[in-house]
Amino acid sequence: MNTKLYKIGWRLLQAVPSILGVIIISFVLTRALPGDPAVYFAGAMADKESIEQVRQALGLDRSWIEQFFIYVGNLVQGDWGQSLKTGQPVTEELLKRLPASLELTIIGLGLAVLAAVPLGILAATNPGSWVDHICRLLVTAGVSLPTFFTGLFLIYIFYYLLGWSPSPLGRLDIFYLSPSHVTGFYIIDSVIAGDLEIFLGVLAQLVLPTITLGLFALAPIARMTRGAMLGALSSDYVRTARASGLSKSMVLLTYAFRNASLPVLTTLGMVFSFLLGANVLVEKVFSWPGIGSFAIEALIASDYAAVQGFVLSMALLFVTVNLTIDVILAITDPRVGLEE
Amino acid sequence: MSENLVTVVSFSLFLFIIFLGLFGEFLAPYDPLATAASNTLRPPSWAHPFGTDNLGRDVLSRVIVATRLDLSIALSAVALSFVIGSALGSVAGFWGGWWDRIIGRFSDTIMAFPLFVLAMGIVAALGNTVENIIYATAIINLPFYIRVSRAETSIRRQAGYVAAARLCGISEIRILATQVFPNTLPPMMVQISLNMGWAILNAAGLSFIGLGVRAPDAEWGIMVAEGATYIVSGEWWLALFPGAALMIAVFCFNLLGDGLRDLVDPQRRT
Repeated sequence: MNTKLYKIGWRLLQAVPSILGVIIISFVLTRALPGDPAVYFAGAMADKESIEQVRQALGLDRSWIEQFFIYVGNLVQGDWGQSLKTGQPVTEELLKRLPASLELTIIGLGLAVLAAVPLGILAATNPGSWVDHICRLLVTAGVSLPTFFTGLFLIYIFYYLLGWSPSPLGRLDIFYLSPSHVTGFYIIDSVIAGDLEIFLGVLAQLVLPTITLGLFALAPIARMTRGAMLGALSSDYVRTARASGLSKSMVLLTYAFRNASLPVLTTLGMVFSFLLGANVLVEKVFSWPGIGSFAIEALIASDYAAVQGFVLSMALLFVTVNLTIDVILAITDPRVGLEE
Repeated sequence: MSENLVTVVSFSLFLFIIFLGLFGEFLAPYDPLATAASNTLRPPSWAHPFGTDNLGRDVLSRVIVATRLDLSIALSAVALSFVIGSALGSVAGFWGGWWDRIIGRFSDTIMAFPLFVLAMGIVAALGNTVENIIYATAIINLPFYIRVSRAETSIRRQAGYVAAARLCGISEIRILATQVFPNTLPPMMVQISLNMGWAILNAAGLSFIGLGVRAPDAEWGIMVAEGATYIVSGEWWLALFPGAALMIAVFCFNLLGDGLRDLVDPQRRT
C-alpha cells in the first residue's frame, strides 16, 4: 500500500508541470495580440485613462517575467479579468454557466459509454459477425461526422419532421420557470424542488443535445473497447480461466472486461478532451446557455479576457479529469505498487 | 481483394475531390456569389439540383467552389504542421536526451488543452482571419506529428544503414536528413492522410462558430452555419449538401489513410 500511495503522490506531482505549462501558454496567448494588449483588454469604448489603468493593472510596461508573475498572482486570487460585454468578472460568468455545460457533457459521455462499451464487447466476442461489421462501420463513419451536422439533422428529423422533440432553444421551454438554484444542474435541482413537470421539461430539452454529443464520443470508445477486449480475450490468463472451466460470463466480465477496462478508462480521458471542444459546437446548435456559447459570443465581440479565461478553465478542467482518471487507475489496478 | 477495393474507391474519390478543388469554378453551373432575390429558398429541382439558399444563390455551385477553400485551408495547415512537427520529432527521436525532454514537454503542454478550444484561443489572440485559422490548426496538430516522427525515428536510429553511414564519416545531421528521415516517410504519409480529415473537420468547426471565413465566401462550415437557421423551418437543403460534402471528404481521407496503412504496414491493421 505504501508504494501505491507513493505512485499516486508522484502522479499528482507530475500534474504540476502540466498546469504550469498550461498557464504559460495562456499567458502567451493574452500577450500575443497584434498591437497594444491594453487597448484590447480595455475594450472599444475605452478612453486614454482606462487604457492606462488597464496597462498598469496588467503590468504591461514591465518586463516579461514581472508580467508573468502579476498574471499568475491575479489568477490565483481569482481575478481573471472583466468581461467587456457583461461587465462582470470572468470567473463569475464562467462559474454561472459551467453547470449547464457539465450537465450536457456528463450525460452525453454517459450515454456514449452505455452504448459503446456493450457494442465493443459484442463485436470482440463475435468477430466477423454483423455486430462486428456494424461496430467497425460506426467507428469509421463516426470519426468523419461533423458534430454540428449530426446535431442539426437530429433537430430536423425529431423536431421538424416528427415533432417529438421540443424546440431546440436552450435548457428549458419558456413556459417553465427554471428550478430554484441549488447546484445549477437543472436535473438535480428539479428533483430537489420535487417538481415533476419541470423535471420532464428539462429532460426533454436534454435529449437531442446529449445524443449528439454521445454519438460523437461513441466511435473512439467503441473502437478502444473492441480492441482492448480482443487483446484481453486472446491473452494467457483468459485461456487459463477457460481451461479451468469457469463459466462464460465469469471469463468475460471478471477476467477479460476487468483487464480491458483499463485502456478504455484511459481513452475516456482523451474523449473528454474532444467532448469539451464538441461541446462548443453543440451549444451553438442548440442555443444552450453554457460556457461554449459564452466563449463564442465573447469571440465575436472581441472580449479577450473572457475568451482566454474560457481556454484556461477548459485546460485546467481537462488536466484535472486526466489526473482523476490516472489516480483511479492507480488505485484500482492491483499491479500498481507491486513492482518493487 | 475487398480491402483493395475500398482503397481504390477512396483513392478515386480523393482524385475527384482534388479535381473539384482545382477546376471547381469552371464546373459550377452558376456563379456562387450571384444572388437572386426572386429565387430564394427553392428546394432541389432540375434547374438547381441542390436548391437555392436565402439569397437566391445556387447551393450546388457554392458546394463545388467551397471544395477549393476547404481543401487549401486543411492542406496548408497539415503541410505546415508536418514540416515543423516532423523536424522537431525527428530531432527528439534521433538524439534523445535533453532534446527529447524539451520537445516532449512542449508537445505535452499543447496536448493538455482541448485542441479545438486551444484553436479558438489562438484565433482570438492572433486575429480573426483565414491565415490565422491555418496557423491555429497547424499548431494544434503539431503534437500528432511530433509523436509519430519521434517514434519512427527512434525505431530506425540503430539501423544497419545508419551505422554504415557513420562509418563513411557522414555527419549526424546529414544522416538524419538523408538516411533516416526519408525512411520514416511511408508511415508519415498514412498519418498525414488521417490527419487531413481531422484538419478539415476542425477548420469547418471553426468557421461554423464564425471564425476565419466571412460571408459571402463559400466554405462548407460557414454554409452549414448559414443553413442552420433554416433547418427549424424545414429548408433542409441549405445545410445538408455542404454538410454531406464535408462528411464525404473527411470519410474519403480516413479511408485513404486506412488503405495506405494496410499497404505500408499490414501488421497495424485494425
